[in-house]
Amino acid sequence: MTIKVWLNGKEIEKDIEKDIEADLLLLDFLRQNGCYSVKRGCETSNCGLCTVLMNGTPVLSCNVLAARADGKNITTIEGLQEEAEDFGRFLADQGAEQCGYCSPGFIMNVLAMVHELEDPTETEIKEYLSGNLCRCTGYVGQLRAIKLYLSRKREESK
Amino acid sequence: MKAVNAPIRKKDAMALVTGKPVYTNDIAPKDCLIVKVLRSPFAHALIREIHTKSALKVPGVTCILTYKDAPNSRFTTAGQTFPEPSPYDRYILDQRVRFIGDAVAIVAGESEKAVNRALKMIKVDYQELEPVLDFRTAKDNHILVHPEEDWKALCEVGADNKRNLVSSEVDGHGDLEAAFAKCDYIVEETYHTKANQQAMMEPFSTFTYQDVYGRLNVISSTQITFHVRRILANALNIPKSKIRVIKPRIGGGFGAKQSVVSEIYPALVTMKTGKPAKIVYTREECQIAASPRHEMEIKVKVGADKNGIIKAIDMYTLSNSGAYSEHGPTTVGLSGHKSIPLYAKAEAHRFSFDVVYTNLQSAGAYRGYGATQGFFAMESAVNELAAKIGMDPTVIREINMVKEGDVMPAYYGETATSCALDRCMAKAKDMIKWNEKYPCKDMGNGKIRSVGVAMCMQGSGISVIDTGAVNVKVNDDGFYSLMIGASDMGTGCDTILAQIMADSMDCHIDNIVVYGVDTDTSPYDKGSYASSTTYITGMAVVKACERLRVKIMEEGAKALECSIDDVDFDGDKVYMIKEEKSISLKDIANNSMVGTDNTLFATASHFSPVSPPPFMVGIAEVEIDKETGFLQLIDYAAVVDCGTVINPNLARVQAEGGIVQGIGMALTEEVTYSDKGRVYENSFMQYKIPSRMDIGDIRVEFESSYEPSGPFGAKSIGEVVINTPSPAIANAIANATGVQIRELPMTAEKIFKGIHGKE
Repeated sequence: MTIKVWLNGKEIEKDIEKDIEADLLLLDFLRQNGCYSVKRGCETSNCGLCTVLMNGTPVLSCNVLAARADGKNITTIEGLQEEAEDFGRFLADQGAEQCGYCSPGFIMNVLAMVHELEDPTETEIKEYLSGNLCRCTGYVGQLRAIKLYLSRKREESK
Repeated sequence: MKAVNAPIRKKDAMALVTGKPVYTNDIAPKDCLIVKVLRSPFAHALIREIHTKSALKVPGVTCILTYKDAPNSRFTTAGQTFPEPSPYDRYILDQRVRFIGDAVAIVAGESEKAVNRALKMIKVDYQELEPVLDFRTAKDNHILVHPEEDWKALCEVGADNKRNLVSSEVDGHGDLEAAFAKCDYIVEETYHTKANQQAMMEPFSTFTYQDVYGRLNVISSTQITFHVRRILANALNIPKSKIRVIKPRIGGGFGAKQSVVSEIYPALVTMKTGKPAKIVYTREECQIAASPRHEMEIKVKVGADKNGIIKAIDMYTLSNSGAYSEHGPTTVGLSGHKSIPLYAKAEAHRFSFDVVYTNLQSAGAYRGYGATQGFFAMESAVNELAAKIGMDPTVIREINMVKEGDVMPAYYGETATSCALDRCMAKAKDMIKWNEKYPCKDMGNGKIRSVGVAMCMQGSGISVIDTGAVNVKVNDDGFYSLMIGASDMGTGCDTILAQIMADSMDCHIDNIVVYGVDTDTSPYDKGSYASSTTYITGMAVVKACERLRVKIMEEGAKALECSIDDVDFDGDKVYMIKEEKSISLKDIANNSMVGTDNTLFATASHFSPVSPPPFMVGIAEVEIDKETGFLQLIDYAAVVDCGTVINPNLARVQAEGGIVQGIGMALTEEVTYSDKGRVYENSFMQYKIPSRMDIGDIRVEFESSYEPSGPFGAKSIGEVVINTPSPAIANAIANATGVQIRELPMTAEKIFKGIHGKE
């Protein structure tokens, strides 16, 4: 069986068995294809570090078979460098990227939230991102960054 | 001042937020052998035989190493200055396994699948032995965790492997009995904290290869780059000159990576095979075979006179080191030496401890390093004492707390040269509106809101011992290099040290490039632990910059044909004080690379005879459901005195992050064992670190003192911030319900049982 995946806009075709093993997880498939931003923080889909977008919806790539990405668009932070930098500046200006290991998965989910929710409340923000763990920051610096980012976005859209 | 005290963005920030491949596993060679460890299913056993023949036949398996292949040289994995206080009690692979998860064999192969298959096919014949699982019965138990004859302690720490003792000591000052005799109120209670995991997001990760000189190169996620070199040399029994260690970006450490956890396995594989090798721990391995906080049981007896003046403190700590000694003799000391000195009016104190071996996961270093456990006990006892007297718990602190200029007998006789603890308390009370909210308010809906308080201190480096050096140099056009041996593990020390340099050289921070850490080229630094980097290495930066300024001025004066006494340096140029003549740094720098014998380079090393404590007050506001015992954090007000704040953003995030780790320890991070000694909480499904839904609001402010021995007046921030949540939340629970919880974590179940047991 052949799978076809559009990874950050680039078409990748792989034969299951010949090129990749059938039980290959999307996370490992992505790292094999140069997307090193995708991190594994646990094996139990608790940490959110491996978050990527599948047809625009955030998924935990440690919990999805590569074969399930057949015919889908997969977006990692490598494919959203401008947006990541834009939000990342707000995060960095709070010092809230810290070790940075959870940043790619977290930022992917923040960007997904911004597309999905219009003007989210603090509770909505926390709920949307509750699956993204971070051990360094205690989350409050991240929240400050998100609020400032959203308020700048509001300013822009006026 | 321009850079110091400015909220400057971390130098590596944009690489991190755009997901660049900068961590160990991202930069490992793609053809690395994959290394995994076969782990013991028994808490205590002897290996009779290991059958590897069929496992070796698995296609893609390169080697399987057992105790027969590993050097017989005892070492410790504790990242400490030599001679390490932690006894030498490990082999890389031993015939005796001492906890469930202990290493039995190392498998290396071309793919993870092949290695996993081989792991399942190794047949081990174990002679199962009775384990020591209860740390309360470990001392002088007939079962010995380390009966071996080649066990050795390099330092006098009261260790004795024939008694299961990792360390023991009694210390104190004054006449304890006489001081207790003056007390009208005495509290004597026992408190119990668990073996929490640091749970940094990046698991332990290392890769190794042999370089062109045949030397072992080790790239590892570590806080202790230089100690790794020594520890690996000890473990592999090879000269230190044969090893080079490099630290790339680190995905969090919190002390976990102050031990050599993963490095020994690929190192041995590369030694044996000559091939590049890589290990990345699973989260399960991080939970069961790593370096968690020492479980402690702490008895505190504290007495006060009728006015609430604390006269006497007696503390005994029993610490569970687990199967090996790492950080056992040193963490335990902080449980008393950091907590007792807060109460400066005590006329006498005694602090005694035992640290014991058990057949459980070996403990290690975790932010707070024993002090955290001590503060849960000490601050809870003081809160119980206040309740007994009928005194507001903030008031008993206000009348007893250490003040600037006080001598602290329990803190090695050091004087509090900088202390704003009183201001911290006043501000924290104001932030939370203590006087309106204490002790509690019934919300009328089955819920009750209350506040609780604790204070704490830590150190700034290890006095006398901790040594950090930096190299600074001037490059073409006058930009600077700052070469450090301290390990930025995400906290931002590369940036903090550059800020200190920027103000020392009167330049913009962007004019400084920072490089660290490579044991072949970086100056020696003991590494990033014990809250030392800003205070110790920061002062090395100040000293090195003073020397570099002199060199720049020498060169400038030479060019201006005058004496160095006639010139000054303003960061851009060397100028004559009395004449309108100057030469730019750019010209001095470029001239220094043409026909000169004076390198614009300086190095400085620093240590401190003292370890000035940062101080902190934390106040928790909680809401408790009386029917279910469920506790919701509403607000946490924290005020920190870390001396001069070098970078307000990074200091604030340190504080917020430390508080949330402390909240996890207080409320959810449980560690329990089966009757065979197996850790139940072996994944993030069971081991619940706080999510952003669990924490309420957290507000941090600074009340700065000025520490004369620190760079620009700075002390430390990294560890002090984790200490207050457990005792402050325990106090809030008591103020709401009258239930004093003395064992962590403080779950809804315990609160419920406390409330309803009482009714």
